[in-house]
Formats: sequence, structure tokens, C-alpha cells
Amino acid sequence: MSSLLAIDWGVIAILLPLAGGTACVLWPALSKPAGLISVTGVVLAIAGLGWRIMENGIYRHAVGGWGAPLGIDLFADGLSLIMLIMTALVGLGISFYARRYFSPRDAVRFWPIWLFLLAALNALFLSADIFNLYVTLEMTGLAAVALTALTGRIDALGGAMRYLLATLLGSLAYLLGVALLYHDAGSVDIATLAQRIQPNAAVWTALGLMSAGLALKTALFPLSFWLPPAHASAPAPVSALLSALVVKASFYILLRLWLELFGDFAQGASMLLGLLGAAAILWGSLQALRQTRIKLLVAYSTVAQIGYLFLIYPLASAGNGIAAGMAAYLAFSHALAKSAMFLAAGNLMLFGGHDRIADLDRAVQRLPLTVAAFALAGVSIMGLPPSSGFVGKWLLLDAAMSQGRWDLAVVMIIGGLLAAGYIFKVLGYAFTQAEVPHDARAVPAGMEWAALLLAIGAILLGFMASEIFALIAVDLVVNADEAGTVWTA
Amino acid sequence: MDGMSGNAWLPLMVVASALLPGLIIFGLPEEKVRLRTVLNLSGAFAKIFFTGWMLWGVYHGNSYEMRMAFLPGLDLVLRADSLSLLFIALSSVLWLLTTVYAIGYLENSPHRSRFFGFFSLCVTSTSGVAMSGNLITFLLFYELLTLVTYPLVVHRGTEAARRAGQIYLTYTISGGALLLLGVVWLYAITGTLEFSPQGILYHLDTTYHPALIAIFVLLIAGLGVKAALVPLHGWLPEAMVAPAPVSALLHAVAVVKAGAFGIVRVVYDIYGIDFAAELGVTGPLAMLAAVTILYGSLRALAQDNLKRRLAFSTVSQVSYITLGVAIVGPLATIGGVVHLVHQGLMKITLFFCAGNLAETLGIHKVREMNGVGRRMPWTMAAFTLGAFGMIGVPPVAGFISKWYLGLGALEAGEPWVIPVLIGSSLLNAAYFLPILHRAWFRDPPDSWPVMRDTARDFGDKETAWALLLPPVITALLALFAGLLASTWFSPLEWVQLIAQRAFYH
Repeated sequence: MSSLLAIDWGVIAILLPLAGGTACVLWPALSKPAGLISVTGVVLAIAGLGWRIMENGIYRHAVGGWGAPLGIDLFADGLSLIMLIMTALVGLGISFYARRYFSPRDAVRFWPIWLFLLAALNALFLSADIFNLYVTLEMTGLAAVALTALTGRIDALGGAMRYLLATLLGSLAYLLGVALLYHDAGSVDIATLAQRIQPNAAVWTALGLMSAGLALKTALFPLSFWLPPAHASAPAPVSALLSALVVKASFYILLRLWLELFGDFAQGASMLLGLLGAAAILWGSLQALRQTRIKLLVAYSTVAQIGYLFLIYPLASAGNGIAAGMAAYLAFSHALAKSAMFLAAGNLMLFGGHDRIADLDRAVQRLPLTVAAFALAGVSIMGLPPSSGFVGKWLLLDAAMSQGRWDLAVVMIIGGLLAAGYIFKVLGYAFTQAEVPHDARAVPAGMEWAALLLAIGAILLGFMASEIFALIAVDLVVNADEAGTVWTA
Repeated sequence: MDGMSGNAWLPLMVVASALLPGLIIFGLPEEKVRLRTVLNLSGAFAKIFFTGWMLWGVYHGNSYEMRMAFLPGLDLVLRADSLSLLFIALSSVLWLLTTVYAIGYLENSPHRSRFFGFFSLCVTSTSGVAMSGNLITFLLFYELLTLVTYPLVVHRGTEAARRAGQIYLTYTISGGALLLLGVVWLYAITGTLEFSPQGILYHLDTTYHPALIAIFVLLIAGLGVKAALVPLHGWLPEAMVAPAPVSALLHAVAVVKAGAFGIVRVVYDIYGIDFAAELGVTGPLAMLAAVTILYGSLRALAQDNLKRRLAFSTVSQVSYITLGVAIVGPLATIGGVVHLVHQGLMKITLFFCAGNLAETLGIHKVREMNGVGRRMPWTMAAFTLGAFGMIGVPPVAGFISKWYLGLGALEAGEPWVIPVLIGSSLLNAAYFLPILHRAWFRDPPDSWPVMRDTARDFGDKETAWALLLPPVITALLALFAGLLASTWFSPLEWVQLIAQRAFYH
């Protein structure tokens, strides 16, 4: 057993999808099995990594034997692990959906890019220095843009173009910040930086550039203009990947920076992020409520839900462990629910040939599993119990109330009401008959189940809050005497 | 899961007895009528069995509690105390009867698997509401109840149903949001949400009192939506588009009762009745209940649609529970809490009967009811008992409630309640007696209104057995709950036990 524990699961989680993606390029006919095998392998590798972290504490691996500050370190604590688990599970669900979704022509494009994206995401969540984070972030962004443009349709290309500009601009700003920090403190390793940086003009500029760039990539209001067209025009599995996972990557980096570098002195900036988050909740929800098409509605819902993630910053004074736990939990919850919702929207589009909400035409009887998936995911999105969305909202509300932040609490409550408004708008029309009834097209059972299982995941996660917090807390304990746990294989 | 030892599994079984059949039924094809019926009935009987077991146990001083970790510092708690068992017992008995009724009512109609699936989930949530041992568990099941009743309200899939569903949700989800805000605020102050006999707040410093009053307002507003307190009652008449068994269940046990039950819990087990009185929140609550009682009755007078008249009657009647709770004294408490059961029995009878009239003869309006007593004597006899109970004619159950409420008001030095009770009873009579007069003393028309397109011909029979037995049984239960109120197995006796525990600790 101990030999299994010694395996470098983190390295496997990066190399396996890279190899799979390369195989897809070399042998396009095999891309579907290669893709599914790679994604399943990643799930197992992450399970192995999780086991190793629970046994031995924080995971560190110096690639090629060169440790920080010279070489590249792979690093995973509880927060990274939760993001990796999120990526693996949601990615698995979306992969099984994509298996039936794409035509052979699109499939040979989808699988290699998705596997490269998966490798980039895993590498990002396993990075311990801000330059590696930049590289992986750029890879993630480019793969995501390529996926958006996959079908080659005009609207998709337009959405992808805007997305490309936003993501390049975002990474550029981030990179400038990295350069400033490196110049100021002489390191790119987060742990080293944490000991060295002092608030001065260069650090403040870096903070501003990095935060703005990452907020742009995470689509924090008002930098969210690129998200709805990109997410709504992409094929359903791609929309799911973008909303569930890709925006979490840049959010994760910002969170790391804040928890380890900036949080101590940037109180004012925290307030600003929180304010934008609150505005995002209100604006995104109102826009979602106005939409007449499901995919745009779901995309605007993402803008709103990202707002909740940013409320963590002004509330983080409760302590890093709690803030990290809340962030990881909310991100995970949203990833499950939103991927389920986009996949369900894809099924509804396939079923009716359109995604007009008012013409859903008795979908609840003719496509019950899909509507159930949409409904369960919706319960979590609007934060009603029993679901992970409720628990996440409860944690935020509790933090807001104990700190006297009534404004934030009220915004969260209103956001929940608006979310209920747009979710039930869809569900209500799923019960009625359309004015011009149409024949239903068959939807493969696998695609219905993929959406439903992800949605059930969003509900079940609601009963695992203590497990998520335990993962975060184990690390805090280990962190206390880090010397004993830094080891390489 | 800690706390799973000993008696933890019985509360779980009560919840599971409705949950598991419901989940299985969702997966059943429409045509598996027999299997679905077996599942429904075995679930209902299992729940009665487990409830009876716990009643026996609690009567002999046992306690049943299931606890599992949910949030940091907060557990999910299912606990069977005497108050929860009162509600559980009511819901088990009425679930069984409503299931029988619904099977008869929906015979050959489409989407029954979906209907019975959500129907079972609705009972699951009600059981959870009844057995919640703290406010977070209560909140969870209370919101779940909103979600699972929505598909029942829009079951028919018409545009009217969809609109009614939106109205229903607008009210209930907004109420839920207020409740959530109140609960979080309370938790931020106290750090606990556990229900306990004297409340959890009496030891707090007086500087918290303004906040506690504000929280009380939030909680009551949130619960008042489901309990249909004026002016939050607007969803209830709209939700009448739902099929009759749904209306029956919504009005008698599930939704409005969850709201009323929540008010009981908040006043007694969170604030504690003495502390609530000290804060000065019980007086306004009693006034609000009194206004609702009179307003609902006045509105009921003007309704020609039978189900809408019954709906406004519910608005009025449910507030008797709140009134009894808000008057500080054991006798009023007894009157209010026992009305939880009495109103349930009487109102479900009335809705069953209204459903029978609609299903058998196509009667939806009061003015179509001339002479219907001759065509459907058993149904109208049950209706008459229910109506007499609502008016408060002895010895039907409603009289007991009103008697204790009146005595309690005098005991607590709140004589203004007496005119409210008398006025309400007069209004009850004014909207029920004309119906009875039409049904029994006027001549029937030459033909009954046209029935809906899925016409069912009952020939010489009054109606289907499955439709006739449930209202007759519930009417008799309402009668015996009043007639045998002083026996050891009556709801009144049980409620006296509850009041003793609340007041003489």
C-alpha cells in the first residue's frame, strides 16, 4: 500500500491528459476512447492524490529534483485538492455527456482541446509559484477560447473573439504584476513572497494589475461583458466547462494571492471586490430574469453566481481557513450546479431544436430527467435547502451577520429571490403546452443522466460541508509545522 | 453520524416511509397502477405504524432523537416530542385517507407517477417539519415543502395553473427568504438554534431586545406566508387550481399547517412564551391573528366558487391556532394547538366533499348546489358535519377549540378576544348555512352541470368508494374528537400534556 502512496499522483494528473490529448491529435479516430480513458484516469489520480494528502499532509513535488526558488514545484494543499476534485468530477460528467453530444467532425476537435484544457487546469491548481500560475492560466485561456470557437459558426466566432481579447488582456495584466513582484521581492514562489513583500508602491501596483486581470478573466462585474456571448454561443458541453471550471481557475489564483499575500494589508481593496461582487449578483440576476432563451439565462446566472464568490473577500476577516473553506465550497457547488444546468439546457435544445423558454412545451413530461436535472441544479443555484447552494449561502450569510454586514446579507437574500424568479420561469413553462406544439426529438439517455448526476452531486454536496472544511483544516494543522511535511518522492 | 444509537432510527423511519415510496414511484411507468397503489398505501401504513410506536413511547416517557452533522456548529436534528407527535399523527392519518382519495380522484388521468411522487415528498417534508429539533432543520424541511408542492399546484399544466404556480412561489419563496434572514440573524446572536421548552433567549442581555423583536417580526412574516396571515394570504385562493386532493392536503396538513406549526415552535421553543410576552410581541401577534380571522371570514362570504370560499375559510380558521398561541396562558394554548388537529380534520372533510361534487356532478359553484344533498347524501352529510364544526356547533371538534380559546382569553385577561370569536362564528354560519340550506332544502335542477371532458358515469351510485369513504371517515373523526374530548386518547388530552410541559416546567 505504501508504494501506492509514494506515487506522484500530481504529476500523473497533468501528464495523463497531455498524453491523451496528443494521442487524439495523432490518431483522430481514437479520440473518444482516448479522451474517456484519460479523464477517468485523472479522476483516479486525483483520488490517489487526495489519499496521499490525507495520509501525509501537504503534497510537494520538485519537478526534476530542483526545488524552489530555482525549479518548478508542484504543490497541493486542501484548497488545491478540492479544486482538483471539482475539476475531475465535473470534467468526468461533462465528458460522458460529450461522448454522445458531438458529431464525429466536431468530436475530433473537441477531445484534444478538452484534454489539453484539463492538463492546464490540473497544472494550475498544482502550481505553487506565480509564474507557473501565469503559464498555466494562459494555457487554460487559450484552450478555452479554442473550445468556444469549435463549431466555427459565426456567432461562436464572434463570442470567441471577444473572449480571446478579454483573456489575453487579463493574462497580460497579471503577467505585469508578476514581473513587478519578482522585481520587488526577488522570487515568484508564493511562500517566499509571503515572507518578503511589504506594502509599497510596486506591490500595490502589482496587486491592482493582477486583481484587475484576474477579475476580467473571472468575469467579475463590470468586466463580465465577454462572458454571456461566449458561454451562450458555445456547444453545451463547452459552456458547461467554461462556466463550471475555467472561470474558477482565475478565481482560484486571485484567492491564493489574497489569502497568502495581499489579504493582510489590502482591506480597502477587499471592500471593493465585495462591492463589485454584490453588484454582480444584482446585475447578473436581473439580466438573467430578462432573458427569453435558456442558454443566455444560464450564462447571466453565472455572472451573478461569480458575485457570491467575491463576497468572500470583505468577509475573510473571519480567518483564512474559513474563507478558503467557503470559497472552495462555493466554487465546487457552483461548478456542479452550473455544469448540470448547461448540460440540461443542451438537452432541451436538442429536444426542441431551440432554446426559447416560452416554448418548452411540456418538457417536464417528455424529458423528465433533464427537467429534474435543471430543477435540482436550480435549487442549488437559488440557494434553497437541501443543497450545497443553501449551505454556501448560509455560511456567507452567517459571516456577514456576525460582522454586521447587513448590506451584503440583504444583497444575498435578494439575489436568491431573483434566482428563484429566473429558475422557475423556465420550470413553469416546462409544464405548459406551447402554442405551436412540436415533435420531440430523442435525447440519448446518457446525456440526460450526465446532467442529472451532476445536479444530484450539487444536492449531495450540501451534506458534506464538514468534510470540505475538514480537508481545509487538516492543512492548517499541517502548515503549523511545515518542515516535517515537505518531502519529495 | 453521532446520536444514531438507541432510539434514533424511529424518526428516520417516519421520514423514510414517505420518502422511499415517493422516489420509487417517480421511476414507475404510468400504467403500473397496482404497484403504485401498493407502494403508496404501504408507505402510509408504515408511517402510521411507526408514529403509533413513537406515540406509545413518548407517552411512557421515552425520547426519540436523530442527529447528524450538517453545518459547522449546527446539526440536523429529528426529534419526537409531544408537540411533533401531535402533528405527525395528524399527518399520518390524513395522508392515508388522502392517498385513498387521490387514487380514486385521479383514476385514468395522466401523469400520476409524477403526482404521487411529489405527493409523497410533500408528506416527507411535513414529517420533517413536525420532527425538526432545531430551527435549521425546520427551515430545511419548510423550504423543501415549498419546492415539492409547486409541481402539485401546477400539475394540470394549463396556463392558469402556471400563473397560479408563479404566484404561489412569489409568496412562499419570499417568505422563505425572510425566514432565512431571521434565522441567520438569530444564530449570529445566540450561536444555537435548538428548540427547548423555555426558549433559548431568556438569558440574553436587554440590549439585544430590539434585535430580538426585529427577528421575531422576520420569523413571523416568513412563517405567516404559509400560515396565510393577512396580508400574506394572497397565494392561498390562487392555489385552488390544483387538483382536489392537493388542496385538501395543502389546507389541512401540509403547507398552512407547516406555517402555523412553525409559529408555535418559534413562540414556545425559541422565544419561550413568558419571554415573548415580556418582549411585548405576543399582543400584536394576537391582534394580527384576530384581524385575519375576521378578514378571512368576510372574504369567504363573497365567494361563489366553492373551493375559493373554503380557501378563505382556511385563512380564517388557521389563525385560531396563531391566536391561541399568542394569548399567554395554558388554556388558550390548548385551544390553539388542538385546533391544529381539529381544523385539519374538518377542513380536509370539506375539501374532499368539494372534490366529490366537482368530480361527480361538475359542481364548482355554490349556486349550483341546489338539492345536491338528495343526490349525494353521504357526501353532504360529511360536509354538514365539517361545516358545523367550523361554525363551532357542539359537539363537533371546532367547538372544543373555540371554547378553550374563549376560556383562555378570559383567564389571560384579554376579553376583547370574545367578540372576535363570536363575530367569527356568526360569519362562519353566514357563509356555511346558506350552502347547507341549498343542498338540503332546495329542489335539485333537472340536470347537473356538464362535467369535464373525462366524464365518469357513476350511474345510481353516489360516487366512487375511494372518494366517498375518506370524507365520511374524517367527518366522523372530527365529530368524535369533540364528542370524546375528555377520553384519554383524544387530541385534547394530548394537547393538555403539551401545554403542561410548556407552562408548568
